[in-house]
Amino acid sequence: MYTWRFDAVWGYRDLFLTGTAVTVGLTIAVVVLGLLVGLVAGLAQLSRSPTLRWLSWLYIEMFRLTPLLVLLLWFYYALPMLTGIKMDALTAAVLTLTLYGGSFYAEVIRGGIVSIEPGQSEAGLALGMTPARVMRRIVLPQAIKRMIPPLMNQSIIQFKNTSLVSVLAVPDLLYQGQIVAMDTYRALEVYTVIAAIYFVVLLPLTVIVKRAERHLAHSN
Amino acid sequence: MSTCKIEISGIRKQFGELVVLRDINLKVESGAVIALIGPSGSGKSTLLRCLNLLVIPEGGKIRIGDDAFAFDGGARLPSVREQARFRSNTGMVFQHFNLFPHMTVLQNVMEGPVSVKNMPKAEAQELARRLLDKVGLSDKVDAFPNKLSGGQKQRVAIARALAMEPSVMLFDEATSALDPELVGEVLNVIRALAAEGMTMIIVTHEIGFAREVADRVVFMRDGVIVEEGPAHDVIDSPKEEATRTFLSHFHNRG
Repeated sequence: MYTWRFDAVWGYRDLFLTGTAVTVGLTIAVVVLGLLVGLVAGLAQLSRSPTLRWLSWLYIEMFRLTPLLVLLLWFYYALPMLTGIKMDALTAAVLTLTLYGGSFYAEVIRGGIVSIEPGQSEAGLALGMTPARVMRRIVLPQAIKRMIPPLMNQSIIQFKNTSLVSVLAVPDLLYQGQIVAMDTYRALEVYTVIAAIYFVVLLPLTVIVKRAERHLAHSN
Repeated sequence: MSTCKIEISGIRKQFGELVVLRDINLKVESGAVIALIGPSGSGKSTLLRCLNLLVIPEGGKIRIGDDAFAFDGGARLPSVREQARFRSNTGMVFQHFNLFPHMTVLQNVMEGPVSVKNMPKAEAQELARRLLDKVGLSDKVDAFPNKLSGGQKQRVAIARALAMEPSVMLFDEATSALDPELVGEVLNVIRALAAEGMTMIIVTHEIGFAREVADRVVFMRDGVIVEEGPAHDVIDSPKEEATRTFLSHFHNRG
């Protein structure tokens, strides 16, 4: 019978704390940046220009259909060989996660926009609005409401995805945990604590998403 | 010529292989009310949507007031801004209302003047209240569209279109989606507009209403105008066999 010794891990609480801070900070950065990239790519998907549509399609599918771990390694190790520009691990991590998340956000944003009945755009156009104004005043305000639950779900996935950056030695929660595990030989306790931290951070967020979904169902 | 508010000449439209409009010519005098009737698929809604550039014709010319566009098969479409300005001059009322669900009734009506004409909010609000009063909905200004009946929604939609102070109103089967008992309240609003001298083109299945309110009736079938003339003449004594056949469905039903 295994004897749990969480006290052996307690001494490293500062490492867990800074690791969690890095993970949360990284998530916030890649969610915000990813949403911006996703908005641009999602709108480009609906553009009248075939070139823009094709470019955004290529970007979205390239990132959606490639494993994140492969992308991280490619951006950190392969891209500098191609371009001659060396990135530090954190930059490579933010860049990769932003582009990866952005490709999924783009699909949510595109889907939300096309889910608005064409009659709404027609009514706006009939009033004499330009297409850009119709998008801003009529379509987006309605579409954003529908996008919020799937965007939040995607962001929760992004939070968990950040654990992969530990392979680039970005000092996130998992990376710090690995150090503790090697130091203490208490892998079971360490990885249980790490899993619990991810769980505890995400639990309230999933409750909020559930609530947003219910609210949305009622308001329509 | 200058008394004609709307001049349509040689309008053609096809969707893929399907020809929807073949060489449509129509003139509408200022203050006239035209009823467009015909079986579904006859092209009457498409013609109306061409007048608002929601459908861009392949060929022909459209003039409304001083604004004119010629279409040459899509090589050079009018710019987005030109299209918007052209549309702001005509009011369009849709079969399914298409009210903005994220805005109150008042905001729906204010939206055009505020965001297209840059009218100050206070002024737009006053205009919107006046128009909502006119369509009998001054007690619903703060309601959201989902709290309204179909007839009320359509009256808000009419007020919204009027808020742009258009020189022409286009109605695309404005009562077709309504429960029978709600049709009357919408027709009353249209009737009042006709009495004020608003130039209107009304696509409708309400033959009795067309006979009563319209100056002229245009009967379309298979993308062409089959018959056109004073409302009473066309409806009471149609010259063409196709018109007679179409109208007989209504007489039988009534």
